Amino acid sequence: MNAYWPIVVPALVKIVVILGIVLTGVAYTTLAERKVSAWMQDRRGPNRVGPFGLLQPVADGMKFFFKEDITPREAYRPLYLLAPFLTLFPALITFAVIPFGTQISVGGQTYPLIIAPGMDVGVIFLLAVSSIGVYGILLAGWSSGNKYSLMGGLRSASQVISYELGIALAVMSVVLWTGSFDFRRIVEDQAGWGHFWFVGPQFLAFIVFTVAVFAETNRLPFDLPEGESELVAGYHTEYSGLRFAMFFMGEYANMITASAFVVLLFLGGWNLPFVNYAWFGPLWGGLLSAVVFFAKVAVLLFVFIWVRWTLPRFRYDQLMSLGWKRLFPLALLNLVLISTLLVLRGHP
Amino acid sequence: MTEMNRERLDLNTDVITVNMGPQHPSTHGVLRVVLKLDGEVVLSAVPDVGYLHRGIEKIAENKTLHQVIPYTDRMDYLSPMSNNIGLAMAVEKLIGFQITERCRVMRVICMELARLSSHLLWLATDALDVGAGTVYFYAFTEREKIYDLFERMSGARFTVSYGRIGGLARDWPEGLEREIETYVAQAHKTIDECDKLLTRNKIWIDRNQDVGVISAEKAIDMGLSGPPLRACGVEWDLRKAYPYLGYERYDFEIPVGEHGDCYDRYLVRMEEMRQSIRIVQQALKEMDRSIPLFPEDPESRKVFLPPKDRVLTKMEELIHQFIVATEGPKTPKGKEIYFAIEAPKGELGFYLVGSGTNVAHRCHFRAPSYINLQALPILLKGAMVADCVATIASLDPVMGECDR
Repeated sequence: MNAYWPIVVPALVKIVVILGIVLTGVAYTTLAERKVSAWMQDRRGPNRVGPFGLLQPVADGMKFFFKEDITPREAYRPLYLLAPFLTLFPALITFAVIPFGTQISVGGQTYPLIIAPGMDVGVIFLLAVSSIGVYGILLAGWSSGNKYSLMGGLRSASQVISYELGIALAVMSVVLWTGSFDFRRIVEDQAGWGHFWFVGPQFLAFIVFTVAVFAETNRLPFDLPEGESELVAGYHTEYSGLRFAMFFMGEYANMITASAFVVLLFLGGWNLPFVNYAWFGPLWGGLLSAVVFFAKVAVLLFVFIWVRWTLPRFRYDQLMSLGWKRLFPLALLNLVLISTLLVLRGHP
Repeated sequence: MTEMNRERLDLNTDVITVNMGPQHPSTHGVLRVVLKLDGEVVLSAVPDVGYLHRGIEKIAENKTLHQVIPYTDRMDYLSPMSNNIGLAMAVEKLIGFQITERCRVMRVICMELARLSSHLLWLATDALDVGAGTVYFYAFTEREKIYDLFERMSGARFTVSYGRIGGLARDWPEGLEREIETYVAQAHKTIDECDKLLTRNKIWIDRNQDVGVISAEKAIDMGLSGPPLRACGVEWDLRKAYPYLGYERYDFEIPVGEHGDCYDRYLVRMEEMRQSIRIVQQALKEMDRSIPLFPEDPESRKVFLPPKDRVLTKMEELIHQFIVATEGPKTPKGKEIYFAIEAPKGELGFYLVGSGTNVAHRCHFRAPSYINLQALPILLKGAMVADCVATIASLDPVMGECDR
């Protein structure tokens, strides 16, 4: 029994810390969304609750908690109740395989900064789990018994097919380049002299991936399943109270996952140019790397918000043609180019 | 997919009927459109109006003509200035009344500011319906500045009730000309900014070009007017065709499109805003405070309310006030007139029949929103669901005016 404690305790601590960071991150991303959009629109944004409106997410959460949870008579109850969980939980589970820093050494023990350190197919796991979230949207749309919701769910289903190909192919070219499905290997390949962040050598993949990720997270300009102006609120039209909050949190948790994914694959993970975390010692170096990682994620989250409040929305068929006629061939071309390059270089 | 294939695959596909509205965020009030959808494609769209019907025309036939003015505020509530002044001008035509030169200039300025504010709101909602939420706030902020000016003129921001038979409700406060001048001098900034955000934006073009297309002949057949008609390439603007208020003196252009799609309607309205600014600037130069707002001859003064300060000190004015407020001008028996102005939404017409008393025998308003919405089934045939909101927004209907 004693042999398990050194594994279980650090894992539990990491789970608690990461869940705390992610859920707080989700809450404050919603606040950031409102604040940033307010700045862009010459407004003030929420500023009543707490200093500078910093407690607004708490107030929002309380409000969701006390709202009535409505189930429409036409809804198919079991799936209607299940769907929000299917959206939120996969979004949170993905953080198990996302490394968020190098490692910390305390008391002679070394703890890698990832919840599941043994997972060497993290990339596949993340792709697989994050796709489950779409089932939540699809089922929510179908089970609500509302035509607008149904259309939102349908859009989501067809959208997922058209962009996931792009995502998978873009990821594959990175995987080919490094020869590993392990996030740590991928990040380590972007560090040190003579190595670049993959946004350079894998520029096409980066573009395809980033665009597709906007669609994956249902963010404007690809927020068709919600399609506020035409579908009222799309798949979550009928939801209220905490169940709506779960969809809402799922969306923002997905944004954080997606940003982390982009950072890990293309923006060098926790690496900074000309900085070696070994200089700062085993404890501070590890913590610093985590801070750098989350800072990069925050920058990408800002980009998500920035884009949302700048661009109009695509139409359903236009997204399809973008996914199939632009992103898919581009990703395929990139994959061929990368493979050719690797063969010419004599990569194993 | 052909019918045969469908049967072989045993795919059960149904046409679904979706009730878009009257409670829908993007139908601009209480418009209801019954959509028959094959997946995302619209097979047929039938607009259903009347949810905001308040019987304004019938009420107008039971009120003295002065009392009708506040009701016109509630028709096209996004440009009440044009409605008020339009009605006042129609009544003036019915009773044969001549307004003064200064009143004419002030009315032109009011109506062009109303057009600017109405088009700014259209820009805001059109952009919002296509998903560009930020443009909404830019345009709204700009519109508030025009409302500040309206507030200075009339005391109200939204339902101004500023038009009066024979003139305007009250004279402008001292220095308002300069305020309007400063405002219009910078009004183009917001328009240019939104222009930069949208006009050459690929997504915006994709969403608007070749969406909601109508040909020029069809548009004339359906009785379209205003920007939707001009976007088809028909150069028809009542300010040029049948000039009123001396619009023929001002130097401005009528922007026309050529394809009759949402994008051209967008471009036409954007240009109209710039032309309105030009007209206001020219009209401000003609503004001359030495001319009185109301005509001075004794016969004319029986039509409009005398100035308040004189009512409280002079006997005749008090009598005038009493007579005008309780009776108002008498309409010639049997005389019928039709008078139309180029309102922001299109041709806003007033049909009045005199009764020999102070109440009109028949009163009808030709509401451009109502008639423009007729074209919706044609515009939406074969469109996608998302095109519906873009098309409705580009027609710029106001249900208060449509249902009356």
